[in-house]
Parts: sequence; structure tokens; C-alpha cells
Amino acid sequence: MRASLVLSRRDLDFLLHEWLEVETLAKRPRFAEHSRETIDAVIDLASRIAVEHFAPHNRTADEHEPHVVDGRVQLVPEVAAALRVFADAGLAAGTLDEELGGMQLPQVVAKAVTTWFQAANIGSSAYPFLTMANAHLLVAHASPEQVQTYVPPMAEGRWFGTMALSEPQAGSSLADITTRAELQDDGTYRLTGTKMWISGGDHELSENIVHLVLAKVPGGPAGVKGISLFIVPKHLVADDGSIGERNDVVLAGLNHKMGYRGTTNTLLAFGEGVHTPGGRPGAVGYLVGEQHRGLTYMFHMMNEARIGVGLGATALGYTGYLHALDYARTRTQGRPVTGKDPAAAPVAIIEHADVRRMLLASKSYVEGGLALGLYCARLVDEEQTAEDAADRERAHTLLEVLTPIAKSWPSQWGLVANDHAIQVHGGYGYTRDFPVEQFYRDNRLNPIHEGTHGIQGLDLLGRKVVMGGGAGLRVLAEAIAATTTRAAGTDWADLAADLDALTADLVRVTATLWSAGDVDVTLANASVYLEAAGHVVVGWLWLEQVLAAEGSTGDFYDGKRQAARYFQRWELPRVRPQLALLESLDTTVLRMDTGWF
Amino acid sequence: MNIVVLVKQVPDSGSERKLDSSDNTVARASADNVINEMDEYAIEEALTVKESQGGEVTVLTVGPGSATDAIRKALSMGADKAVHVTDDAVHGSCAVQTSAVIAAALQQLEYDLVLCGAESTDGQVSVMPALLSERLGIPHLSGARKLTVEGTTVRVERQTDGGYWMLESSLPAIVSTWDTINEPRYPSFKGIMAAKKKPVETKSLADLGVDPASVGLATATSRVLDFAGRPPKGEGVKVADEGDGAEKLVGYLAAQKLV
Ligand SMILES: Cc1cc2nc3c(=O)[nH]c(=O)nc-3n(C[C@H](O)[C@H](O)[C@H](O)COP(=O)(O)OP(=O)(O)OC[C@H]3O[C@@H](n4cnc5c(N)ncnc54)[C@H](O)[C@@H]3O)c2cc1C
Repeated sequence: MRASLVLSRRDLDFLLHEWLEVETLAKRPRFAEHSRETIDAVIDLASRIAVEHFAPHNRTADEHEPHVVDGRVQLVPEVAAALRVFADAGLAAGTLDEELGGMQLPQVVAKAVTTWFQAANIGSSAYPFLTMANAHLLVAHASPEQVQTYVPPMAEGRWFGTMALSEPQAGSSLADITTRAELQDDGTYRLTGTKMWISGGDHELSENIVHLVLAKVPGGPAGVKGISLFIVPKHLVADDGSIGERNDVVLAGLNHKMGYRGTTNTLLAFGEGVHTPGGRPGAVGYLVGEQHRGLTYMFHMMNEARIGVGLGATALGYTGYLHALDYARTRTQGRPVTGKDPAAAPVAIIEHADVRRMLLASKSYVEGGLALGLYCARLVDEEQTAEDAADRERAHTLLEVLTPIAKSWPSQWGLVANDHAIQVHGGYGYTRDFPVEQFYRDNRLNPIHEGTHGIQGLDLLGRKVVMGGGAGLRVLAEAIAATTTRAAGTDWADLAADLDALTADLVRVTATLWSAGDVDVTLANASVYLEAAGHVVVGWLWLEQVLAAEGSTGDFYDGKRQAARYFQRWELPRVRPQLALLESLDTTVLRMDTGWF
Repeated sequence: MNIVVLVKQVPDSGSERKLDSSDNTVARASADNVINEMDEYAIEEALTVKESQGGEVTVLTVGPGSATDAIRKALSMGADKAVHVTDDAVHGSCAVQTSAVIAAALQQLEYDLVLCGAESTDGQVSVMPALLSERLGIPHLSGARKLTVEGTTVRVERQTDGGYWMLESSLPAIVSTWDTINEPRYPSFKGIMAAKKKPVETKSLADLGVDPASVGLATATSRVLDFAGRPPKGEGVKVADEGDGAEKLVGYLAAQKLV
């Protein structure tokens, strides 16, 4: 196989097969049709389509932002063409049930598939991935009729979906949304309001767009307890499934973004009377499940979505790293410290230790991030299909606590890898002649959307590690201990000991934080907590990887071992000062008066 | 319409390829083996003909056990079944010997149309369809860039450097295809799952009635004596621009007979 600059198939194979042993999932009834052969074939297919149809227009779509002509969104034609190939190959249906046209692919394999597309072209791949998230939510919470109406066309890639939560004034705090949904005599609702930042909110790529919209039904409880979830299709759907009347949801404007430019990002107006379905204004919406439970339904799908965002951040970091590595092997500049003879030919920059430092750091971030994302996806499979109820419960708890990390850690460190990739390119990295600046711009979104970095910190420290009387943190500590125990007697006993000590510190610091007696103090430095916990978790997964590589020889495995050592010696030492700061219940930031700035 | 597509597994032309130093045969065990790229066009054409005319597409491969990967790929693109001839005695066979094996396998199948790629990217001998035509006594239409079947007639546009020829013959016939003939489809998700259940019949030389002594390196009609890689690219020529850069460049190109 040709080595690709999009993603490393070798690493993916190692993680999926040698480490996570995904083939064993085929023993479970849901995945009985799958085998090593089909899994490999699906990943072959994904990687080929990603490399041949998505990567080539990544730059073009970035340079030609979506724009509006006569009320219609214009995109470069390559986007539609690539999405057609994607849909024709059946990739839109991945993990769905067979009866809905799906392939019942394990989550971990489906995520490996999506990572290829995210690495090749994050902008174009957002359309199908939002659509899949939308379909999964419907399958979990909508009525059978709603599922039958909306999911199969999405699984076939004919209709696309969106997630419409945010509003201009309400992003992190969805309690403050103001979009209203009023019940009609026929049981449908009419929506009025404005949604901001809606990715894929309008375009001509699909026959229909199915918006999943959060709105409030008047008279309901205040705050998040009064939020309901609605299906609002761009075009109403006739009983026979055909496209009907135009619904009253319209594009109010496109946002012009730093990256992810191939994905249209929209301000949408609902119920402004631009269209009058049934003869009157108001966007027709159909309630999903029960009133006032909308946010619960949304959050149910949050783990998967957040793992997906984390993997997207890893994917961008990964492709940046591979480009930097390729550049460093071919770009010549300067001579070794010990051989300054000007007559000697200059060396490839990878020969300089400082360049290798950046590359090795990046390798440890992106391979660590990929391990983290796939591990979490594997947990989703455990949560859904493990035979034993106790195993499912354990997977669920571990997933809950790992999700904020799986979202935020790669968003932070994948971006650092993109930063290093620019640095390795020197001046060329700062130009638009090389793709690394785009990867950086694209990846800069990931700490912002799907719950900002700050919100993930609050989620981890404020909710996840204390839920169930601290069950989340306990399960995590047990999982880490199970790995460190296996490391006894290997070359990795010292890394295991470091991890044991850091985990014990993390548990102790968590208790100290929660004994502060003032939640403001407890949560003031939650982002630091998130980052410290993230490094411990990824350190643990590096130990997992090198244990899986025990006894294997060759460059690939030696590279894994050196990256694990790098993480142990350079990265884990960052954690202790962070934990010390947290343990001191430092209030420097909290007590900074807003007037003092 | 019964269509048989000849498919070969070859080392990926995009990664490093080697010959085995002990006998100068293609080192398959250590290579990244893929379906011969040219064969994908033949498979696509077979599927297109089947879609318009009905019938069945059978994949025929001669190769080691690992060649099942290439077979699965063809099946996941949409072929219906496969025959895999595998026998250690075949190792090192020349094109003439291999054609005897393929012809024997074809004789056990029903076929109206045999399709194959115009060449394989490993040996690049490009004589297989002609050899099979001779052995089977059927017409050979080579290098097709377009193919149509009407009743028992096959027509092709045969691509040449200067243009094309229109050829026609009766079926059964063997047609080799160029990469200009179509755009091969990707396997689909559904195709991948379905491929697992499609029949693959494995045959040995004994099953085909071929004498093992008649094939293999020992009795091959030709063998590779020596080989060398393309010499590495030399240093480029640097043209220093001292106000006369354009002239120097044109002079260089002219000297190389490039303009
Ligand atoms: C390109 C792009 C695509 C998007 N796609 C979608 C989409 O498809 N659908 C959708 O619904 N939304 C989407 N979003 C919206 C995205 O989820 C929000 O931007 C995000 O939730 C942040 O909300 P905000 O922009 O209003 O920022 P704010 O919530 O105003 O946050 C500003 C800053 O304040 C901090 N902050 C806010 N509240 C707190 C708090 N309680 N404690 C500590 N810090 C806090 C934040 O961390 C952040 O640093 C998208 C956004 C972008 C930029």
C-alpha cells in the first residue's frame, strides 16, 4: 500500500487489530456478519475514496468559500461529486441497523472510516457526518413513523441533516434559547426564531435538509428543562415520501470562517413568513419524543458526537504531522552540529534534533489521540453490545468520564501538532503554498464547537468525576490500574509506576477540590483539571500501545516505543505542577476582579 | 451472457517491488499485493455488459492462496462468483505455461465473453489474451477503449497511438481492455458484505487435468536471468540567470530535443 499523507493505515491497523482486537466483536450477534476481511475491505474503501475524491478538493473548497447567488448557496462542484461517491459506496449508512439500510458496523470501525475523511477533507466530510448524527438521534428517540420517513433517505445519502441548537445569544448556555414552538390543532408545531452557526444549514447538495431543532414550547418550565426537540425539514415530506411544500425556514446569512470553509455555516430564520406552508407562515415542526426532553435526547447522542469531534481534531493533527514528516525528510538545510564543513552537502532537516523534537511530540499527540478516540468508540460498542449487563454498565460509566477528554484533549494537542507542522516547514509553512496552514485553521474550530474547552472542563470536574458517588473516577482508576499491573516485569514498569502515582494524585486532588466548601473555588480551574486528567489518560493509552507492541520488532514498533518514552519523559511531567496548583485551591484567577483588567 | 474476467494479483506498482534473489521470480510474499489495476477496467466492463444484457460474471484467477484478496475485491465490486486456480507447481511459470492453465480452467466454464486487462503491471508481457485466443480457438480483440455486445456479436474500438480501429467478431471471444474504456466503480459497503457469501471454487492442476511437470520454473519457455532497477535520477542541471536565463533555458531544451 502506498504510504499516504492523509493518515497512517499502518497505525490504524495496529490500533484496530493488534491492540483493540476489533475482530472479536464479530462474536456478538449484532456484528456476526463482519470479519477481519470485511473490516479491512471497508477501511480500504474508505481510504481510497477519501484520498481520491475528498483530499484533492480540500484546498479548492477552502479557497472558494460558499457564497450566495440568487438566494442559493454555491459551493465548488467537487463537494457534491465527492459526496455522491461517498453515498453510492453506501458509506452513509455505516452503523445503522440493516433494516434501515445500514451495515451494522461496529462503532470503532465506523469511526476509523470517518477519520479517513476528516483527515482528507474536514469541510466536505462534515455533511455526511452531521447527517449520520442526526439519523442516529432519530433512531434512538423518534417515533417509528418518523424514523421510516427521515432515516432511509439519509442513509442513502439523498437527504442531509443538521443539528440546530445554538442561537446568536445562546451557545454554551442553551438554557437561554428563545426559538418558540407552538402546538397546532393537528398535532404539529409551528416554529419561530433564529438559529446561529448551523453547519450544513443550507446548500443544494441534497434533495432535502432535515433540521433537528431545539425550541421552547410556551408555558413550559424555565431553563434547560423546558427545551424540546423538533424535526423541521427544509421541504415538507408527502405521505409517499416525496418532496412537498417548501417549509418556512430560510437562510438569513452565511458565516465567513477561519477554516472548515467547505462546510456552509448558516444563520437560519424560522417562521419569518418567507414561505407559507399550508397557506400561512411558521416553520412546520414535528416533536421528537416528549415535550421538554429535547436536551436529554440531544445529550444522549453527545458522547458519540464528541468522540467524533475529538477524532476530527486528531485527524487534522495527524495529516499535518505526516505532511511535516514528509517535508522534513526532503527539505535540506544546514549541517550537523558536529560537521560544519561548508563544502559538505546540507542535510535533510529531520537530521536536526530540534526538528525531530517537534515531529516526535506531534507523533505522540496524534497517535495518542487516535488511540483515545478509537478506545472510546470501542467503549460505545461495549456499552451497546457487551453480553454482560455489568460490562455494559462499566463501559457506560468509563465512557461518560472519558468523553470530555476525548473531545478536548485532541482539540488542544492535535492543534499543537498542526502548529509544529507549520514550524517544521519554516517560512514555507506560513505560506498558502503548503497545506499545513489550512490544517491549523481548520483545527482551530475544535476547541470551540460541540462544547468549548471550558465547558468540557466543567463537565469533567463538575459532573463526570463525581457522578454516582465518584463512580466515574473510580472506574477510570481501575482501568488504568489493570493496565499498569500488566506492565509488571516489562521494560515499561517505570511508566506504569509513574501512571499509578499520577492517578493516585488525581484522585486525591479531586477529593481536595470538592472539599473546598465553595463550588466557585472547586470549579475555578476546571480547565487545568481537564488538561491534567487528559495527559494521564493518554499516558495510560501509550502504555496500552507499547504493551500491545511487546515482542514485535521493526521500525514501526520501535517508533511506538520511542513515542511512549517521549510521552513519559516530556509530557507526563507537565501534570504534576498542574495537580499541585489545583491542590492548593489557587484562587488567583477567581479573585481577579473584572474591574482590574 | 456468461462473462469470465481474468484477474491477477500483483505487487502494488505504487510501492517497492522486488524480485526474489533465489530464482528471479516476483517476490510476492513480501509485497503489498493488490488487484492488477488494469483488471479493474475489465471487471467494470463485465459488470456494465451484465447490467445491460443480463447474465453472470465469473472471476478467474491463477495465483497463490493470498490471491483471494483480489478475488474478494472483484466480488465486492459486483462479480457473481469466482474460480481460483492455486497450485504450488505453478510457481515461476512463464506466460505460455500460464496460458495453458487458464485455458484449461476456461474450458471447464461456460463463457460467451472473456475479458482481461491489456497488461499486468508485474510482468508486462501483454500476450495472455493472444495466447488464450490461440489455445481456445476464439477471436481476440485487443486493446479495447469501447465495447458493445449485440446478440452474438461483439464490437470494440481498438485504441492505437494514432486513433482507433473498429473491430467486430462473433462470440465467444476474448477482449482485452485499456484504462480508457471506463471508470471502475468502487466496491460498495453492501458489495463487501455480499462478497463474503459468493461462491469461490478452488481448483488444483489435477482438477484441471494439467500435468504439473508441464508448468513451473523448471520447464518455463523463458526465464529472467538478471535484472536492474532504473538508475537513480541524476543531479539536475542548474541554469543561472544572469539576464539571459530564458535564452539558456530554451538552449537547454533544444539541446535535449524537447522543443
Ligand atoms: C464553525 C462552527 C460550526 C458550528 N456548528 C454548529 C452546529 O452545527 N449546530 C449548532 O447548534 N451549533 C454550532 N456551532 C456553535 C457552537 O457550538 C458554539 O459556538 C459554542 O457552543 C460556543 O457558543 P458561543 O459561540 O455562543 O460562545 P459563548 O458561549 O459565548 O462562549 C464564549 C466563551 O465563554 C466561555 N464560557 C461560556 N459560558 C461559560 C461558562 N458557563 N463557564 C465558563 N466559560 C464559559 C466559553 O468557553 C468561551 O470561551 C458552531 C460553531 C462554529 C464556530
